[in-house]
Amino acid sequence: MDARVAEVEVSSSTGIAINTSHLVKRYGEREVLHGLDLAIAPGEFVAIVGRSGCGKSTFLRLLAGLEQTTAGAIVLDGKTSAGIHPDARIMFQDARLLPWRTVIQNVALGLPKDKRAAALAALLEVGLADRADEWPANLSGGQRQRVALARALVHQPRLLLLDEPLGALDALTRIEMQCLIERLWQQHNFTVLLVTHDVAEAVTLGDRVVLIEQGSITLDLEINLPRRRERGAAEFAALEGKVLSRVLDGQLCPN
Amino acid sequence: MSSRTKSFRSDWLLSWLLPVTIVLGWQLAAQAGWLSTRILPAPLDVLKVGVQLASSGELYHHFLASFKRAVTGLLIGGSIGFLLGFVTGLSRLAQNLIDSSIQMVRNVPLLALVPLVILWFGIGEGGKIFLVALAVFFPIYLNTFHGLRSVDKDLIEMGRTYGLSRFALFREVILPGALPSILVGLRMSLGYMWLFLVVAETISANEGIGYMTMNAREFLQTDVMVLGIAIYALLGKSSDVLAGLLERHCLKWHKGYQT
Repeated sequence: MDARVAEVEVSSSTGIAINTSHLVKRYGEREVLHGLDLAIAPGEFVAIVGRSGCGKSTFLRLLAGLEQTTAGAIVLDGKTSAGIHPDARIMFQDARLLPWRTVIQNVALGLPKDKRAAALAALLEVGLADRADEWPANLSGGQRQRVALARALVHQPRLLLLDEPLGALDALTRIEMQCLIERLWQQHNFTVLLVTHDVAEAVTLGDRVVLIEQGSITLDLEINLPRRRERGAAEFAALEGKVLSRVLDGQLCPN
Repeated sequence: MSSRTKSFRSDWLLSWLLPVTIVLGWQLAAQAGWLSTRILPAPLDVLKVGVQLASSGELYHHFLASFKRAVTGLLIGGSIGFLLGFVTGLSRLAQNLIDSSIQMVRNVPLLALVPLVILWFGIGEGGKIFLVALAVFFPIYLNTFHGLRSVDKDLIEMGRTYGLSRFALFREVILPGALPSILVGLRMSLGYMWLFLVVAETISANEGIGYMTMNAREFLQTDVMVLGIAIYALLGKSSDVLAGLLERHCLKWHKGYQT
């Protein structure tokens, strides 16, 4: 078992570099994204925040290749991307596990061969190796998201796209998951793009926090706090407050 | 554990209380002469004639004839229904082409077709199997079509992002997602299968449970008639139990089927 874990860690890959230029997405008459320019370095952890409906999820789905761009380009590792990138994995707000497959079969989904060993190693990384042969219906929400994370990790992705994966979890489970994601990111060095509406989460995890408002980037803030950031710390609170007041446009409770 | 077994046993006893009481009352009424055997024979007499026919091999002969018809009809109608449901469920073009026609035919009361069927197939095996096949076709077709169409789109999207091929996507996501609905269709069609078999066999036949029952009517053998009806009921019940077991096996991942 230990040898298998080591194998996964050694073969960890480096992240994908992302460049988007003048990215536009229109649904019929309605323009959702108005020319986004964003550059992300390999291995960087970027958190995207914004109110619901601001276009942040659409941006992520464009990067994942799940939607077609209307105009502009997405360049991944110097190549213009078309469709679903083989080294990118996406995690959704719901775990989207196949209910008719056991936990380990879900993790092994789409693996070519040597399925069980690799899947078990990935499950071990998220701490769920002992639930391998259970049905997803018997897991809690947080455990399901951990299985979904293992399913993404088993492919050794170079880009992890997280579409509010912790949004439906309770506060304590969410903090646990944040630690887990941070640890795995540090181990594997992939690029992470996290879309969230939780500013504290963005400041906890992101190297950068990007704010999207009505389809445009209005803030791109570097977070220079040392890792294992503590929510109570004064600098943390200051940064969180800064982003939050920007999101809310200075009005905490509008009259 | 033991308290659960106990409550299970008392539930079981309770559910059998009413039918057993009715049969006992029936037996008593027949014995006391309140109930003419020309209207209803005593349950014990039905049992006696059952044993008698079974030991002479006659019952087995009729049972086999009915069973063959039912299964042949189910296989023909069921596989056509499944295949068409499959095609229309997966392809818009096929849906536009076929589905509305099938929906139109579905609204024809099938039993109204009986005179035509006799005209087409005569009174041989063909007509009986045709009726059964036609009856099982619709529930299987409709539920296969509906099952394939209502598979969770989010799961399909997930499968695509994980690079599943079209075939793998079908095997891993679409078919298992449609299976609960397909099995409901199978269960419904099993009910229709026996219903239409009875109709077909009572019209005309020279072997089968229905023939046995109709023949008994000619001779006022009410015990054989009730026996025939009881056998139909048993067949219906056992195919339902079988379908239930199949469901429990195929859907063991489903919360509703876990104990």
